[in-house]
Amino acid sequence: MSVQTPNGFQLDNAGRRIVVDPVTRIEGHMRCEVNLDENNVIRNAVSTGTMWRGLEVILRGRDPRDAWAFTERICGVCTGTHALTSVRAVEDALGIAIPENANSIRNIMQLTLQAHDHLVHFYHLHALDWVDVVSALQADPKATSALAQSISDWPLSSPGYFRDVQNRIKRFVDSGQLGPFMNGYWGSPAYKLPPEANLMAVTHYLEALDFQKEIVKIHTIYGGKNPHPNWLVGGVPCAINVHDTGAVGAVNMERLNLVSSIIDRTIEFIDKVYIPDLLAIASFYKDWTYGGGLSSQAVMSYGDIPDRANDNSAENQMLPRGAIVNGNLAEIHDVDLRDPEQIQEFVAHSWFTYKDESRGLHPWDGVTEPNFVLGPNTRGSKTRIEEIDEAAKYSWIKAPRWRGHAMEVGPLARWVIGYAKGIPEFKEPVEKVLTDLQLPVSALFSTLGRTAARGLEGSWAAHKLRYFQDKLMANIKAGDSSTANTERWDPKTWPKEARGVGTTEAPRGALGHWIVIKEGKIDNYQAVVPTTWNGSPRDPAGNIGAFEAALLNTPLVNAEEPLEILRTLHSFDPCLACSTHIMSPDGEELTRVKVR
Amino acid sequence: MATTETFYEVMRRQGISRRSFLKYCSLTATALGLAPSFAGTIANAMETKPRTPVIWLHGLECTCCSESFIRSAHPLVSDVVLSMISLDYDDVIMASAGHQAEAILDEIRHKYKGNYILAVEGNVPLNQDGMSCIIGGRPFIEQLREVAADCQAIIAWGSCASWGCVQAAHPNPTQAVPIHQVIHDKPIIKVPGCPPIAEVMTGVITYMLTFERIPELDRQGRPKMFYGQRIHDKCYRRPHFDAGQFVENWDDEGARKGFCLYKMGCKGPTTYNACSTVRWNNGVSFPIQSGHGCIGCSEDGFWDKGSFYDHVTDTRVFGIEANADRVGIAAAGTVGVAVAAHAAASAIHRIKQRAGEHHEENDQA
Repeated sequence: MSVQTPNGFQLDNAGRRIVVDPVTRIEGHMRCEVNLDENNVIRNAVSTGTMWRGLEVILRGRDPRDAWAFTERICGVCTGTHALTSVRAVEDALGIAIPENANSIRNIMQLTLQAHDHLVHFYHLHALDWVDVVSALQADPKATSALAQSISDWPLSSPGYFRDVQNRIKRFVDSGQLGPFMNGYWGSPAYKLPPEANLMAVTHYLEALDFQKEIVKIHTIYGGKNPHPNWLVGGVPCAINVHDTGAVGAVNMERLNLVSSIIDRTIEFIDKVYIPDLLAIASFYKDWTYGGGLSSQAVMSYGDIPDRANDNSAENQMLPRGAIVNGNLAEIHDVDLRDPEQIQEFVAHSWFTYKDESRGLHPWDGVTEPNFVLGPNTRGSKTRIEEIDEAAKYSWIKAPRWRGHAMEVGPLARWVIGYAKGIPEFKEPVEKVLTDLQLPVSALFSTLGRTAARGLEGSWAAHKLRYFQDKLMANIKAGDSSTANTERWDPKTWPKEARGVGTTEAPRGALGHWIVIKEGKIDNYQAVVPTTWNGSPRDPAGNIGAFEAALLNTPLVNAEEPLEILRTLHSFDPCLACSTHIMSPDGEELTRVKVR
Repeated sequence: MATTETFYEVMRRQGISRRSFLKYCSLTATALGLAPSFAGTIANAMETKPRTPVIWLHGLECTCCSESFIRSAHPLVSDVVLSMISLDYDDVIMASAGHQAEAILDEIRHKYKGNYILAVEGNVPLNQDGMSCIIGGRPFIEQLREVAADCQAIIAWGSCASWGCVQAAHPNPTQAVPIHQVIHDKPIIKVPGCPPIAEVMTGVITYMLTFERIPELDRQGRPKMFYGQRIHDKCYRRPHFDAGQFVENWDDEGARKGFCLYKMGCKGPTTYNACSTVRWNNGVSFPIQSGHGCIGCSEDGFWDKGSFYDHVTDTRVFGIEANADRVGIAAAGTVGVAVAAHAAASAIHRIKQRAGEHHEENDQA
C-alpha cells in the first residue's frame, strides 16, 4: 500500500521485505527492515531500537551530584558527553556558576571526544561501507604511494611502507581466519574504489586504530581515565598547581605540555590523514547521491562549546544553535528546551504507553511506562520476530518532535545551520569541499554529505582544542588557577525544590537532560538523546524519522547484501544504548524469563 | 581452503627466533609446574594451533568495554586482532551484518566446537520475555546460551557481565543479571571495571593464549594478578593518608598539593583493581592522580553503596565507626596518628572480608 507522509515522503510496503538484524558497526542493538520494488529500490523503511536499560528510573532518589556517573554510562562510545550534560543540568537547577578554567577544561574534554569519535567512526565503523579490504591486495604499492603523496604530505607514504602493510593483510587473508572481515561484502560492484585507494584506506584504518588511543589521553589527564573520565558538579575535579610544592599531585607544567603535544598530533593526523582520505574516497562516490532524508528540510542543534563560562546565550556557543524547518534555510528558529510546546515525545509506535497516545509530552512531564506488544501483521512470534508490523508499536525508541516536526540532528545538522547562518568557519570549509569535488550545494544533503560534515567537524574540533588549551594557559598565567566552585557543594545550601536543563552537542547530535531535585534528591530525570531524534519511529500523524527518511529511494546493487543500507545508517553513527534507556516509573517486573 | 596460521608462525613472523621460541616453551612448562619434557608438547601445540577464535557478544551495555579494549597500547589492539586471536564475531567492528553476521556464529560453533573463547560485554535482561535486548529478532539470552554451549571458557568483560553494573542498580528495572547467573556449566573469568583497564583486558587474553590456561582466580572469579590488591594498597597518595593529610574541599590547598582523597569519598580502600599500579591509557594517570576519588567501579553493586562523595565508613552497607576522621584531625607525623591510621586500615580490612562473604551469599541466592 502506498501512502504519503505529512513530512513529504512516499511509503510503499508492497514489495519484497528485507531484514537486517543485527545492524553491526554501531553502538548498541538495532534492526532495520525495508521493502524493495521490482528494481531493488527501497520504498519503505522501518528502523527499530532493540534494547533498553532504564537508567532514568534508577536515578530517582539519588544524590544529584552523583548523576553524572550514572548518565555517563548511558554510552561508552560518546563517553563524557552525558556526564557534561548532567553536571550542566544540576548546575542550572542549583544556580551554580563555574570558574573559567573549568569551562575551558570541559570544552577540551568535549572537543577531545568529538575529534576521537569522528575519527574512529570514519575508519572503524563506516569505512568498510566504501572500502573493499580484499581489493587492497591487488594494489600496486608504488601507485598507492603516488596517490597518497598527491593528496597529503603525511610522511608514512613510501612504496615500501604500503608494501609492508599489504603483505601483512595478505598473510592475514591467507591464514583463512578473517576475523572481523569475515563474510564481508568484498568484491561487490557497489564498491567503487580502485585497489590503490583501497590499500591506502586499509593502511590508514590500522594507523588510525593505533593513533586514536593517543587522543583520549587528554581525558586521562583531566579526568583520570578513558572511557568514562570523572566530572564534578561546580567545576572539574583536577586541581591546577603550576608553581608550588606538591605540583606533581595536580595539573602541572608537564601535564599541560602533554595535553598540548597530543593536540598538535591530533590536528596533524586529522588534517593530513582523515580529511584527505575522506575527500579521496568521496571523489569516487560522487554519483552515489542517496540518503538525504530530512537533512534538506528539518535540522536542529542546541549549540555547544561556550566560549566564556556561564553564558548560555546562542552568541556564546561556538557550535551554532537553531532549528530549520520546511527546508527554509533563510529562517533559523530559536530552540527553547524549557518551552512545553517545543520538544515533545510521542509513543504511538514505541513500546511504551501514554493515557492519550495521540499527544506528545514535554520531558518535564515525561511518562515512561513500557508496553512490549507487537502488531497483528507481525510475522513470527513475540520472541522470534521475522517481520515487524510498523503499523503498530515497533521500537524501544520514543518519537521526539520539535513543534511537531521530525528533525535530523548531528554533524550535518550543525554544519547546515552554521552554513545557513553564514558563519565563516562553517561556510568556508563547506564551500571548499564542494568546489574541490565540483559538486552543487544540494550534494550536501546526502549520506556522503553527512560523512563529510563529520570530517570537517573533526578538524574543527581539533583546532578548537588548541584555542581552549591556549586560553587555559593564558588564564593560569594571569593568576587564576581556580577549577571548582564549592559554595553550593553541600546539599544543605540547596532550595527545597529546583529544576534544570543541561545540553550538549554530542558527536551524534543534540543532547538534553532535564532534572527535578526535591529535598536534596533526584525526583525526576529525563534524557532526550541524538539517536532518539534520528532513529525515531513514526509519530501519530505518520511523520517518519531521519533514519527511515534517509533510506528511502536508495537502490541496492544486490538485495542479498545490505551494503547501501549500512552506508546510510552508519552515516548517522547510531548509538542505541543512548536512545533506548527509558523505563517504567516503578520498574515493576513484567513477564520474566525462567533462568534455571 | 587456505591453511590457518599457527601461533608459532605468528611468533616467527614477529621476529622471534626458533631458539627463543623453544626457550619460551620450556619456561612456560616450568611456570606451569610441568616437567621439562613437556616443553616439546607445548612447542608442538603452538606450532600446529590456529589463532584462537573469539566470539564477542554484546548484551545490555554501553560499549565502554570495547572502547577500552581498543585503547590497549601493549600489545597494540591491531596486533591482538590481526596476529594473536581471531576475532570472528564482534558486532561493534565486524564488516558483515544481518544474516551474514549470524551465519558466522553457526560456522565458528561447529568448526571450533569446544575450542573458542566467548567474550561477553554487557548482561542479560530477564523482564519482557528477555525482549529488552533483541538480537536477530530473538532475546539476547538465547544467543548467549547457544554460543556458550560450545565454548571453551567465558570472559565476562566489565562490571555489567561480572556483576550487573548500572542497569542492575536499584531497582534494576529490566532484571538485568550477570553472566554467571545464566550460564552455569562453563568457567567464567570476571574482568570487572566500568570499563576494565585496556592493558588488563589484553593482559588476560594474552595470558590465556600464552600459558594455555585460565589465570588463577580469586573466590569471586577475578584474575588474582590484576584484582588481588586494593587501589589504596598501592596508591601513590597513600603516604598522605598515613600522614593524615587530606583534601577537605574541591580545589583547596590539599587538592592542589595532591593529598589523600579519602574524605572526598574515595573508594580506593575498598576497591580491588589495578588502577594505582597499571594506571590508565598506557600509564598516563588514574582517577586519584587526576583529583577525583575512586568510585569503586570494579566492585559488585558499587552503584548502590551510597553517594560517591560519602566516606567509605559512612556508606549504607558498612555504617561503622569513622576511624579515619580522627586521623585527619590529628597532627601529621605523631605516633598517635600512625596508630590511628593503622586501626583505620585494619577496620577497612575487616569490612572488606565481611563484604566478600556478602558477595558469596548473593551468588548462591
